[in-house]
Amino acid sequence: MRACVVAIRRLAPIVVVACAACSGRMPALDPSGPQAARIATWWWIAFWVSVVVLALVLAFLLHTLARRRIAAAPASATHDPRVERRLVIGVSAAVGLSAVTLLVLLVSSIATGRALHDFGGADPLTVQVTGRQWWWDVEYWDPVPSQRVRTANEIHIPVGRPVLVKTRSSDVIHSFWVPGLHGKKDNIPGHGSSLVLQADRAGTFAGRCAEFCGVQHAHMQLLVIAEPPEVFEAWLQGQRTSAKAPTEGPARRGFEVFMSGPCALCHTVLGTPAGGRTGPDLTHLASRRTLAAGTVPNTPGHLAGWIIDPQGVKPGAQMPANSFDADDLSALLAFLGGLS
Amino acid sequence: MPVRRVGAPTTGEAAREALDRAALARAWATPPGWLGWLTSANHKSVALRYIVTAFGFFALGGVLAALMRLQLAHPESRLIGPDLYNQIFTMHGSTMMFLFAVPVMEAMGIYLVPLMIGTRNVAFPRMNNFGYWIYLAGGLMLWTSFVLNIGPDTGWFAYVPLSGPAYAPGKRVDIWAQLITFTEVAALVAAVEIVVTTLKMRCPGMSLNRMPLLVWAMLITAFMVIFAMPAIMAASTMLAMDRLVDTHFFNPAEGGDALLWQHLFWFFGHPEVYIIFIPATGFVSMIVSTFARRQIFGYPAMVLALIATGFLGFSLWVHHMFATGLPMLGESFFTAASMMIAIPSGLQVFCWLATLRGGRVVVRAPLLFALGFIALFVLGGLTGVMLAAVPFDLQAHDTYFVVAHFHYVLIGGALFPLLGAILFWLPKMCGRLPNERLGRWSFWVLFVGFNVTFFPMHLLGLGGMPRRVYTYATDAGFATGNAAASVGAVILTAGVLLFAANIAWTLRRGAPAGDNPWGGETLEWATSSPPPIYNFAYLPTVDGQAPLWSPHERPVVTGLRTDVREILITDAIDATPDHRQRLDGASIWPLLTAMAGTAGIVTALFTPWGVTIGALLLLVTLTGWFWPRAGHDHAEQAP
Repeated sequence: MRACVVAIRRLAPIVVVACAACSGRMPALDPSGPQAARIATWWWIAFWVSVVVLALVLAFLLHTLARRRIAAAPASATHDPRVERRLVIGVSAAVGLSAVTLLVLLVSSIATGRALHDFGGADPLTVQVTGRQWWWDVEYWDPVPSQRVRTANEIHIPVGRPVLVKTRSSDVIHSFWVPGLHGKKDNIPGHGSSLVLQADRAGTFAGRCAEFCGVQHAHMQLLVIAEPPEVFEAWLQGQRTSAKAPTEGPARRGFEVFMSGPCALCHTVLGTPAGGRTGPDLTHLASRRTLAAGTVPNTPGHLAGWIIDPQGVKPGAQMPANSFDADDLSALLAFLGGLS
Repeated sequence: MPVRRVGAPTTGEAAREALDRAALARAWATPPGWLGWLTSANHKSVALRYIVTAFGFFALGGVLAALMRLQLAHPESRLIGPDLYNQIFTMHGSTMMFLFAVPVMEAMGIYLVPLMIGTRNVAFPRMNNFGYWIYLAGGLMLWTSFVLNIGPDTGWFAYVPLSGPAYAPGKRVDIWAQLITFTEVAALVAAVEIVVTTLKMRCPGMSLNRMPLLVWAMLITAFMVIFAMPAIMAASTMLAMDRLVDTHFFNPAEGGDALLWQHLFWFFGHPEVYIIFIPATGFVSMIVSTFARRQIFGYPAMVLALIATGFLGFSLWVHHMFATGLPMLGESFFTAASMMIAIPSGLQVFCWLATLRGGRVVVRAPLLFALGFIALFVLGGLTGVMLAAVPFDLQAHDTYFVVAHFHYVLIGGALFPLLGAILFWLPKMCGRLPNERLGRWSFWVLFVGFNVTFFPMHLLGLGGMPRRVYTYATDAGFATGNAAASVGAVILTAGVLLFAANIAWTLRRGAPAGDNPWGGETLEWATSSPPPIYNFAYLPTVDGQAPLWSPHERPVVTGLRTDVREILITDAIDATPDHRQRLDGASIWPLLTAMAGTAGIVTALFTPWGVTIGALLLLVTLTGWFWPRAGHDHAEQAP
């Protein structure tokens, strides 16, 4: 027993240092919202319990090996009753202790689960997130249809307000996961599910699809951007405005390229005839930070590469390759760059 | 009427024994040459073939794992594209689970169970051979498709609708679903063999409470196979029908349900883990008691723990589905069930520790593997308890944390005991002793390599790295952990090669082993190494759990005919002699039947008529198999 205590004393600082070094890069353990914080708290309990259990078992095992006797006598089927008694007591105590420990973990886990379920409040912001191969279709719900906002791969949320995320899918199973804010919830075709998350501080939180969903599962990411409420409201208001068809310059030419080319078949730009639903809504494309669900940053160069050769950027993606001459392409970029 | 004769044969009876042995060798012989190889009804040769084939698939699965580690060694790698990577991880999982882990465990059972319970063969020797051919055909089919670049690419769990007709066109998933059908059949065949052999063919005196723990483990595993496989059988058939004849079991647009697949799959998939793990606990029990030089501590508790694990294993499949969104009550129930299974597992660990504590430990390479198992399994079990909690599972599910967890319980919890068991029983199988120094080196290299590979994956998972991604961004923070894991994979590979070198060395240069090189307690050590084709000249009897450590003389069974393949059937509980039974010998029909089934199922990849064609072919071969032969008397004979 003393050996075990010594072993734990020696081990504990190492473990603490190792964990402290890592947790900075671990959004799940460095939570930025109440839901993720609840989970992290439970995990730390389970973690320390595990460290103690593992240390005890290993210490006991090593101690047993260290004090082993040489096998002088042949193996036998009879045992010393005093030794047996001690072993019976030891094993019973260990099993009893395990049961109690598990019970503690079970009860705390159920309490944590209940708290996760019950979190919400009267007036959460409601966002419906539909998983698509391989991007996220995001719709901000509003009782007035004209006030609803549609975007893709980026979810802005106000700091300090619960957000009800309704997870849906229109093709295969995906799973919505933003580790800094909450655990994951599957997007299952034919089933609706939801989770409530909240950010306690402003910041950008990486999220992604966690359920294998096909060729480009690896590049199905999203960003959650938590902003002060007034900044968020301004953003939401901005997203409600439709785009205006440019009337002159290269952007006008780009607009024509967009409408006459294949783009409009799959993408929507509100305020223009483009109303395709296959790909992401591009009404405010220029305001987004990434392209192709977090695959590349949203810069004109990457956008051009993505339009011309999407299969090179994200092999297997649903977007087909396009061929435009240089003038048309730069005009198209000018048009898309104006969609802020 | 079996007559018992107490004591070892006297000098006068030695000549008689030699005559009996010659007669037995003639009666149980398989045809010589390749025909014997194709038709064998000997449990040992079929089992060895099974084990070697399974390790062949293990090597292939290992190569795939190495390719994945190569691809993930650094961020944004373009070495392997997403399409090939998805095939690789699907093939890795399917190969390791369906073509290696379950078959190799059952094959060890088929080799060891008849020897440990003191009988001459398994209950249905021809069906045993049939099972092997079906397994081989399924494995070859899957790997042929992979080599032809039509390997399955939707994960070993093949979630619908991704694996359904709308999102997985082509033949990839069809091949996967058909392979599942084949391994189900082979696994069921082996399970039936083990159940019937264990319950009806134990030597006199081996009542259930004297059965070696490994035999208990195999029996419980076999029952689990029988109850778990029908779920995946139904599911894979439904998937094949959705794809082949346009049914809509899993199509939500037509009233089907995508979650139904997950329930059916995991109702099989979770017990599957215990189907792999429980035999491993049996290996550990035998190795620990042998090298601790004492019987396992708490035998009744160990048996109850195994049975409890077998039952509980069926009540926690939903913990693979926590992220699908469950009602509170469901969450609590499955969390409780998942945590509860830690109690029988923990009890077993404590009993092994107590056995070591109360024994006189001799450290040999097989024991090192068992001790390594204890360390790794406890760690894997603890992360398992964490994952049983819904809140934490919502964070860790489908991340590398889970990858780390299940490799700790599958490699640490099953492969390490299996490798220990191979070293432990290798002298029995080939008659030569393995190299102790190579054995120890291979253990330590494997142990270090394993931890360097898989421990960082816990941290990667907590850092947000999902499973089944073919690459990751440079700024994602996953580079260090992945580089470490890839270095570990190199060490791990070296360990596997060292282990293989030890096997090769043993087969060529190993010192003669003798009947009982480790001083084991169970009946397989009572016969020669390797055992004769009929296992025992006279069937043994036992008077306790450790017959070879018993100070009493062991009587043997006489009175069985030696000129025909005759075995003793005993009572299921008390193993009192019941009647004599003849077993079938070598036959070509099992192979032909397996080929008929394979032809049917390959045709069914392309047209539903394959089912009809296969049924007709099977009708022909099964008629040949069961055609009564003159002078071949199957009737039971009263004792």
